[in-house]
Amino acid sequence: MSTETAEVKEKKPAEALFSKRRRRIVSDPLNEDNPITVQVLGICSALAITIKMEPTLVMSIAVIAVVVFSNLFISLIRDLIPGRVRIIVQLAVIATLVTLVSEVLKAYYFDMYKVLGAFVGLIITNCIVMGRLEAFAMANKPYDSILDGLGSGFGYAWIILVVAFFRELFGSGSIMNFKVFDAIGWESFPTNGLMVDSIGAFMVLGILIWVQRAKTGYVEH
Amino acid sequence: MQRSNTYIILFSVALTVILGGLLSLASVGLKPAQQKQIELDTKKKILGAVMDISSYNDPNAILALYDEKVESMIVDINGDEVTTDQKGNPVTAEKVDIQKNYRFPANERLFPVYKFKEDPSSDKVDAYIFPMFGAGLWDWISGYMALENDLNTIKGVAFDHKQETPGLGARITSEEVQSRFVGKKVFEGSELVSVSMVKGEGNAGLTEHQVDGMSGATLTGKGVNAMLQSYLGYYESYINKVKSGNGKVALN
Repeated sequence: MSTETAEVKEKKPAEALFSKRRRRIVSDPLNEDNPITVQVLGICSALAITIKMEPTLVMSIAVIAVVVFSNLFISLIRDLIPGRVRIIVQLAVIATLVTLVSEVLKAYYFDMYKVLGAFVGLIITNCIVMGRLEAFAMANKPYDSILDGLGSGFGYAWIILVVAFFRELFGSGSIMNFKVFDAIGWESFPTNGLMVDSIGAFMVLGILIWVQRAKTGYVEH
Repeated sequence: MQRSNTYIILFSVALTVILGGLLSLASVGLKPAQQKQIELDTKKKILGAVMDISSYNDPNAILALYDEKVESMIVDINGDEVTTDQKGNPVTAEKVDIQKNYRFPANERLFPVYKFKEDPSSDKVDAYIFPMFGAGLWDWISGYMALENDLNTIKGVAFDHKQETPGLGARITSEEVQSRFVGKKVFEGSELVSVSMVKGEGNAGLTEHQVDGMSGATLTGKGVNAMLQSYLGYYESYINKVKSGNGKVALN
């Protein structure tokens, strides 16, 4: 008997796990609707932590974790959240997750905790996270929200990693703390102090946005 | 969707309790691991001021090495050994919170001294390590300075900071910057002059009291200078006592 009911349920056209629409939820923020280069969100942290690649990588993972889980959590309770206090609820959820990330880093990755310091705490103020909650998780199902979180998180991650790659390469002459120029025998490589400064991040980011918009043909409305 | 005030208040209370509970659980659960990390970090810095410990990957090996080679004591501003705090409770150097002490006037502070012995069974101290604390550009900075047996030549330094900018002021924690202090002298004859980082980077013709600075982080460098100057001053009486062979202090 029970098998029959199960069969009936399966006949309903359930959306495929990776349907075209869902693939777009993930892929859009990676390029055409990138949180940093197109929506221009989360710029502060993109400038602050991209001096070297290693902290940038940890920061990326932290942001991905926070945006995915806060999206999931908010989406799960989206029908329970009273509209009038929804922003505070979102903020509370983000702040909790960020504190958890920070505590875990402190317990198991102390060196990185010291390097990133306040910046992990400042994920709370990263507009990307809150933007996704307000614009997506409040109105969509949990699974879609996870995908959206992954898309935005990775969209943020790859941009700051690219920025960090160039800043570390030209600013410190290394990649992931590996001295590339020493390794190829060019020990007198002049490192560029500008790249270590936030101005360097603006420049790299600007070039990145230019290249991307030249390719996608995106124009500000 | 409009909901009643009662619902909103109950919802907020429930959310606060759940999130707060989660954070408390995490805090309590992760505390032992965090404390071990902090202890390890402190001991790593003390050892790091005198030797290269980058080859030690196992935390327990570092702790064992510390127990074997480092002896600690506490002195006051006059260079006399202190064994109890103001309430008469016994104190140990590793437990002294330099940051907390920093808030007291200098003559009430406790100043830990770590003595590094290559050969633990002998009386010969190979390096004296002094913890320090001060203000960087954005927040506190701290450090350990190791002086050679002559209590004049710098054997090594290990700095830490809370909020200096990564890639700029935060470079004081890098091996590259810290190695610039090695071999510099803190005394000129019998007068304490400390060492100081100069402005700019790649300076030539530095004296034995000058250290090449960090480009883009002059203010952090100034903080480091002030910290070294003041704390060497605090330890000066102790240093002079050891130098003048006030045996008891030097040998115990």
